[in-house]
Amino acid sequence: MHSFGYRANALVTFAVTILAAMCSLASLSDNFNVPTPTADVKVLNINWFQKQPNGNDEVSLTLNISVDLSSMFTWNTKQVFVFVAAEYETPQNALNQVSLWDGIIPSKEHAKFWIHTTNKYRFIDQGSNLRGKDFNLTLHWHVMPKTGKMFADKIVKSGYHLPEEYR
Amino acid sequence: MDWQGQKHSEFLMQILLVVFAVVAFAVGYAIESFQMMILIYASGVLLTALITVPNWPFFNRHPLKWLDPSEADR
Repeated sequence: MHSFGYRANALVTFAVTILAAMCSLASLSDNFNVPTPTADVKVLNINWFQKQPNGNDEVSLTLNISVDLSSMFTWNTKQVFVFVAAEYETPQNALNQVSLWDGIIPSKEHAKFWIHTTNKYRFIDQGSNLRGKDFNLTLHWHVMPKTGKMFADKIVKSGYHLPEEYR
Repeated sequence: MDWQGQKHSEFLMQILLVVFAVVAFAVGYAIESFQMMILIYASGVLLTALITVPNWPFFNRHPLKWLDPSEADR
């Protein structure tokens, strides 16, 4: 004869199993979303460009970052993490990626914005290779779900150039 | 509960949970609210627990006829 405890246990176990199934379905439903993100990054000013005492180049930039990531948000999106990285090549490293700025977009309403800022994180090279350097500014995003799979992608903006001389 | 009631209780429990899950997902997806899906499902689980877990009289409509204590062999 089934007891109270037996029935309670059966119910709880089944309920949690079904919850897991719902969460997987919710995560799978994100694949039906076709996002159309747009982004633009402008370098408004090179504030200064120096060689540090330890021999590494450092540059300070003022950036204007404008994005529209509202199409990335679904019912299953918790937040979108976005960051801008400078990418360039040096003789020592085939690819250097230096994160200059990041932010968290908590909801769809906050996803279309522009920001005028100096670089949040320092742009320091491993060495002294930045004079006259061409670089890309790539906007990366991570769409963090409430449950399930996280999606990450990026937009590459190229054509940026550092000065030939320190200033 | 009697044997029949036990069967009904288990069946009811499974059906109710699945129905609430389907309704919860459909509503949540349609109005784009994850929170609403969870809310509907959680209330469904509580309601199902209330209906199927306690030993309600309607689960005891085919009671077993136990022998009287005095008739049992020692």
